[in-house]
This record gives sequence, C-alpha cells and structure tokens, in this order.
Amino acid sequence: MAVVFQKPKALTDAPLHYCPGCTHGIIHRLVAEAIDELGIEGKTVGVAPVGCSVMAYDYFACDMVEAAHGRAPAVATGLKRALPENIIFTYQGDGDLASIGMAETVHAATRNENITVIFVNNAIYGMTGGQMAPTSLPGQVTQTSPYGRDTATVGFPIRVSEMLSTLDGPEFIQRVAVNNVKNINAAKKAIKKAFQNQVEGKGFSLVEVVSTCPTNWGLTPQKALEWVEEKMIPYYPLGVYKDRSANKEEK
Amino acid sequence: MAEKVLMKGNEAIAEAAIRAGCMHYFGYPITPQTEIAAYMAKRMPKIGGVFLQAESEIAAINMVYGVAGTGFRVMTSSSSPGISLKGEGISYLAGADLPALIVNVQRGGPGLGGIQPSQSDYFQATRGLGHGDFHLIVMAPASVQEMADMTAKCFDLSDKYRVPAMILADGTLGQMMEPVVLPEPTEYKPDKPWAVTGTNCERKHNIINSLYLKPEELEKTNFERFERYKAIEENEPLWEEFMMDDAEICVAAFGIAARVSKNAIMAAREKGIKVGMIRPITLWPFPKKPFKAAADKCKAFISVELSMGQMIEDVQLATECKVPVTLCNRAGGMIPSPEEVLEAIERAAGGNK
Repeated sequence: MAVVFQKPKALTDAPLHYCPGCTHGIIHRLVAEAIDELGIEGKTVGVAPVGCSVMAYDYFACDMVEAAHGRAPAVATGLKRALPENIIFTYQGDGDLASIGMAETVHAATRNENITVIFVNNAIYGMTGGQMAPTSLPGQVTQTSPYGRDTATVGFPIRVSEMLSTLDGPEFIQRVAVNNVKNINAAKKAIKKAFQNQVEGKGFSLVEVVSTCPTNWGLTPQKALEWVEEKMIPYYPLGVYKDRSANKEEK
Repeated sequence: MAEKVLMKGNEAIAEAAIRAGCMHYFGYPITPQTEIAAYMAKRMPKIGGVFLQAESEIAAINMVYGVAGTGFRVMTSSSSPGISLKGEGISYLAGADLPALIVNVQRGGPGLGGIQPSQSDYFQATRGLGHGDFHLIVMAPASVQEMADMTAKCFDLSDKYRVPAMILADGTLGQMMEPVVLPEPTEYKPDKPWAVTGTNCERKHNIINSLYLKPEELEKTNFERFERYKAIEENEPLWEEFMMDDAEICVAAFGIAARVSKNAIMAAREKGIKVGMIRPITLWPFPKKPFKAAADKCKAFISVELSMGQMIEDVQLATECKVPVTLCNRAGGMIPSPEEVLEAIERAAGGNK
C-alpha cells in the first residue's frame, strides 16, 4: 500500500507538549518538511529559544542548541561563522525575538547573516501564562494588560517584518499565517525558500508566522483560528516584505 | 629558543590565543581591553579566522556560546562593566558545559566606575559570574609573558574539564609593554563527540543545553559538574612563593599587586624584616595548600589588593583564621605604592623586628 502521509524525517518521535489548537505543531512540521525536501538534515543545526518552543531541541532530529532568551540570532551567528557549510536556523517566539532579543535580531539582519529565522508571532507570552507581548494587539487583554493593551501607556505592537525590511542588510522577509490550508501551503513555500536562500548563500531570511495561542487567548482552537483571520492579519498583513534576489532579477 | 618580542599585554593575549588555535573572536569595544579586539580585527581576516564586533557584550558572549557548541576554540574579552553584561551568557556556558575563554581586563567600579586598573571583580570572577552554582577556572597573570602563557593554558584546561576559563587581568597589565616569548603556533582540531556539527544522518542528534525541568535531573548535572570542580581543585591550583623559606610575615597578592609587593618585600628584607609572599596564579581554584602551611609558621598575613578587600576572604579561609590577616589596599583605579605596602609590612612586624 502506498504511503500517502508520514512524519517528516527531520522530526523526532518525541510527543509534542503544545496545547490543543496551538499551531506550533504545524510550523514545526513545515520546517521539518523543508529540511527533508532540501536534503539538509545531516548538516543542519537548529537553535531553540526561550518560550513555548523552548523544547524544540527535542523535536527536531538535527543537532540543536538551546539559547538564552532572545539570544538565538547571536548564537546562530557563532554557529554559522564556525560552520559556514552547515545550515543554521533559529525558531523564536515574539517575546524572544521582538522584545528581549530585538538587538540580536536587528543586528543579525543588518549583517545579512546567512541564517534562517522562523519567527512565530502569536501576540502573547505563552510559556509564562499569557502576558502582554511586543506584538499584542491594541486593546488585547492579557495577564499584564488586564484592562486591554493601552497604547497611550505601553505603546503599539511592533510589526517586525515591516521594520526589518527597511534595513539594507536582509535578503528575504515574508509574513505568513497558518490559520487555514491555503495559508499553510503559502507558509510552507516561504519557509522552504528561507532555507533554500541559505543553501544558496543569499543571506538572512526571516519568515514571520502568524500563529495561535488558544489557551492564553481564552478561545477554543476554532475561535482562535478565526481571531487570526479577523484581528491578527488585518494588523499584520501577510506578504513578501523583502526579497532582494527576486527584485534584482526583475530589474 | 624562540625570539623575544616587545608587546602590550592585551596584544600578547590576542596573539597567544591565535597560536593556541583560537580562530574565533567576538567582542565589543571597552577600555582598557580594546587592543585585544583591534589586534584580532587586523589578524583574523589574514589567517582565515573570524573577528566580529558584536552589537553588545551580550551578543558577543552568545556568539561565543554558538562557536563553543561546535567544538572550536573561541574567546571574548571585555572590561568590568562589559563582563557584568556577559554574566548571563557565562552562566549558560557553564550550564551547557562549554569550553571558552573570557578575558577581563579590569577597571575600577562599581557602575561605570573608571578606566584605571582595578582588581575589584575578584568576587565576581571567583564566586560564579552569573546565576546558579558554578565556577570558572580563573587565572591571574602578573606579567605580559604570563598573559601569553596563561591564554594557552586556559584553553587547554577549559577543553579538558569542559569549564569556561577566565583570565583576570587589569588595566596596567593590559596596557604595559614587556618582552615576551610567544608560544609556538598550534593548529587546533576539535575532537568533541558532544559538539553540534551536523548529524550527517549517522548519529542521534547532539543537543547543547542547560535546561532540565526535572529537578532530580538538574541536580544530577550539578553533582556531576562539581565532581569535575573537585578534580580541578585537586590538580590545578598554581601559585608562586617568594622568599617564603624563613618568612614570618606573608604577603598575599596577585597580578599587578604582587609586582608592587615584591619591591616592598625586598625593601623590608633590607630592613631585616623576614617577609615573603604567596602569589596565587589561579584564583579559582584558590591555592589553599601553601596558605594553610604558611599559617603554621607566619605570625601575620597582609592581603595587598586593588579593591576594598576581596581576596582577603579566601586568605582568611585558607589560613583558617589562625593568624591575623590585614588589608593593604587602594581602590577605584589607584594602585598601592611599594612604600604603602612596606608600611603595612612594618606595621605587621610591630616591635618584633
């Protein structure tokens, strides 16, 4: 009988610890599929963040490093400089990448460090129980914004893809979502491209994945997917924000 | 014999690191250690190595963490305020059992402090630089020659025990020029089965990690690490004894303080005072043995420090408080003069000279 569906080789057999309805599992799978399809598992080293995906090092079958909170792009820089022939990726959440690790993110991007960054934006700190993130939406109720995010006192969410795309350095920046099959397919394509770019030596490639956190949003998995469509995507429009090589080809 | 060259202490560290096979350097400008970064910036591109000026000390130490995970030799350097910023990353290096070299060319503190030499990061270096139970191997050079020699030694010990190592120097040693015989260049080929270099799809994945959510597992890693610390304490303490054979008064000093103290001791000897010195070369492990032995024959100890008195606590512990230990110190970037040390020796000698 033909196998029509199987687990990517780049994932281990460890059961994922994520909450029901959380889209980390989908994103892990997309990353693993990209690694499989490019045949790079044996030379890939991944960097796990601090946050819900902290234990990603148990889930990806390639060599893994667990970084300090926000420091994954710096750790990945060290790895890539020591192992230029290897493929280095980071997998980071919004608190990790856009709050405590913003400096590392911006500078890895501006150096056009030849790494792949998977940035999971679910507008909340999941691991610590649902606090306000740098990407929490205006008015969003969290444990540390119990009356809703008040932009007058705590400012506005950061649109990371737009911000980074103003830099000359980075090669490729795209925002995708994983709330429906169409978007998941587009996300897969973007993630694969972000790895392919590194294989071709093109440089810093970041894919921002708009994701869910049903547990801390206080929504059912189904409602969480709807919230992505109705609230998140309007604030965080999907699309390619930077693709230097493609622009060159057009010119 | 190899040729003697005239070099600044900071440059000697940089060249010695390259000769020890360290091909990766990450740093951030801060006085008085910037010559290390400048030297690396010049040399590394010419020899196929990596020099990268990081966006912060925090980023630099995490780049070190990345390279250390691959098994290659790697270093960073900074001065006191910058070392505080590296504290987080150093704790992670210790927790993940990664070898690396961190150089602290100390300046006065606390806070932004000053840019003149100091030894006031002794507690920070020897008591665990960051959160959690851990130690660094800490070596304290007292000459440009030792700065070169200790660099190689630190890499070797760090690799041997999988414990990060630190050279604790100060602004004087970093800036001063002395003749130095540099070690012969060696090529370092990592042979570390735990390193992350890609599985090649031939082995189970390696993980560089310091997270253990099960307390019994985390406890196990702490116990195992402290077994290695025990071996280091047994095998690796280094010290120099100066005129200790008949000494009744013992000066304890490391680094630049030891050089000042030597002059004072010779002046005191001319006055007939039987004084000697124990100079710790490794600050962690602290050389307890010679101090314990000296406590049985000396009537007083003087800890000479460029701080408000930090090593003095280790001297008191090592001598088991059998005899008084006094402090002769300057702080904030000031260096005790030989006259000040001589006075302290004369005070300790009291009427008995």
